[in-house]
Amino acid sequence: MLSFLIRRVGQALLVIVAMVLIVFFGVHVIGDPIWMLISPEMDQQAIAQTAAALGLDKPIQEQFLYFLKGLAVGDLGRSFIHGEPAIQLILSRMPATLELAVVALLMAIVIGLPLGLYAGLNPDSPVSRTIMAGSILGFSLPTFWVGLMLIMFFSVMLGWLPATGRGDPQTVLGFETSLLSLQGWAYIALPALNLALLKISLIIRLARAGTREVILMDYVKFARAKGLSRQRIVQVHVLKNIMIPIVTVLGLEFGSLMAFSVVTETIFSWPGMGKLLLESIQRLDRPVIVAYIMVVVILFVIINLVVDILYSILDPRVRLTEAKA
Amino acid sequence: MSAVPAPTTTAAPAPAVETPIRRFLRTFAEDRVAVLGFSLFALIVLLAVCAPLITPQNPYDLAKVDLMDSRLPPGERMGDGFTAWLGSDGVGRDLYSGILYGLRISLMVGALSGLIAASIGMSVGLLAAYAGGRVETFIMRIVDLQLSLPAILIALILVAALGKGVDKIIIALVVVQWAYYARTVRASALVERRKEYVEAAQSLGLSTRAIVFRHIMPNCLAPVIVILTVQTAHAISLEATLSFLGVGLPQTEPSLGVLIANGFQYMLSGRYWISFFPGLALLLTIVSINLMGDRIRDVLNPRLEK
Repeated sequence: MLSFLIRRVGQALLVIVAMVLIVFFGVHVIGDPIWMLISPEMDQQAIAQTAAALGLDKPIQEQFLYFLKGLAVGDLGRSFIHGEPAIQLILSRMPATLELAVVALLMAIVIGLPLGLYAGLNPDSPVSRTIMAGSILGFSLPTFWVGLMLIMFFSVMLGWLPATGRGDPQTVLGFETSLLSLQGWAYIALPALNLALLKISLIIRLARAGTREVILMDYVKFARAKGLSRQRIVQVHVLKNIMIPIVTVLGLEFGSLMAFSVVTETIFSWPGMGKLLLESIQRLDRPVIVAYIMVVVILFVIINLVVDILYSILDPRVRLTEAKA
Repeated sequence: MSAVPAPTTTAAPAPAVETPIRRFLRTFAEDRVAVLGFSLFALIVLLAVCAPLITPQNPYDLAKVDLMDSRLPPGERMGDGFTAWLGSDGVGRDLYSGILYGLRISLMVGALSGLIAASIGMSVGLLAAYAGGRVETFIMRIVDLQLSLPAILIALILVAALGKGVDKIIIALVVVQWAYYARTVRASALVERRKEYVEAAQSLGLSTRAIVFRHIMPNCLAPVIVILTVQTAHAISLEATLSFLGVGLPQTEPSLGVLIANGFQYMLSGRYWISFFPGLALLLTIVSINLMGDRIRDVLNPRLEK
């Protein structure tokens, strides 16, 4: 278990180092961030002052050394644009992104699981065929375009739901959430559905495949022979057994939800980390990009770890030391 | 499998020898949906290739574009006299023409990045399988590490470091994709190298290079083709996403994603067509490739062979 943990942490460090190096020197090659910060009225002296204040007048190697020094004491630098510490900026946007990802995940389960279960129990019915065709379409639809269509249909044409923004956040038990009011749910409905779409298709497929496999097992036959009701067989024997792969995949997909929220947040102006990352990429705000990478990679490692541990609890046949060498 | 000759040699007067490619085409065509996907894809490619011949306007030719024609709804007449069946965009370009020209860029980026990634991934995968030892461990660690992160995250970080442009987006897409090929090719090469024909080739004294590239590689091609179709669709979608987000292709190279992004600002005022039609073209392209890919996977999967 310990060597497993150490290896995981080592891998994460490797990823972070590689990505930070790429970003740090890559952004430098694309352009000098200073050109994003100055206004046309500034004279040469003012420009030089701004550059000096941010340390951008020094050669890139020196900037990197300075960054490493800051890192040693847990300082990732200040955002060029916002002037705030980059890590603080990222963390202040994290609750919004987490909220979106969690609601999307729940939506995917609530919609995908029953549909997949139905398609698995009645593989030849026309309804099942429609469900499966829909799931193929769900895989093919580009997320961002679906987002636009959702806005067009529900906001512009029907006027039911707001197109952009987030409800007023409130703090409950240390967590910041906008879901306490009805208005908050109205704001999150479209972006969460947009983000959930791919995962709905995925869960439908997993649930269907799992159901078709499990339904042939001896214990299901036995339960049937015992005279249990169909409802009870499905709810207890089938559902419990198809949940193992679904929980694993969902855990891993939670990370991809967070990554894909960059797209959804941008379309729906959802004030999360993803939107911040995109703005930072466009404005060459290097400290924020670097901070984002660190936070997200660490989050990923934690998620993967939790999934692995959960998996070994759900399925005792799996031993952590052997998995994923 | 493709390179293994069918057992027709034993039957002396073989009535009609069916080559593996013929057999592949025949089984592929048995599925109507796949044929539909193929026809759709062929049509899309044809339209894209012939774009200059069949469009009323060259959207890059600024002399032909008139700002007075901007934001016309579908079916309106343009200043030049032709009808804009799909409407016009924010600066007065005919959308139908813009979409066909955009398709060229999207398809080119998708195909090129897919082919480059496939060749790099195959070489690395073969190297890993044949070298073994530390080289293999090292390569597979990188592959695993990369596949544990979502493609869009890696792509975003790369374009943040590379900047905009066709060449840069292709590099980013290649980096995102190569690992899938490397992993698959390594797995099949490991199986193939233990087979008897490799042993035979070795005892004939063939060089390692000849064995790897002439004998093992062709037998690893089937899964590569499957991944190639799926990944090309994925690459086209990813490029469109990045371009839509404004970090992919620049305005001077308007792929479908750029066109959709341009229409986004008109969406809230109800001018849906500027984003809708390019998106539809993108969707049809991806769906047609995925439909083909599904069938190709079924046909090439030896476990499903009758």
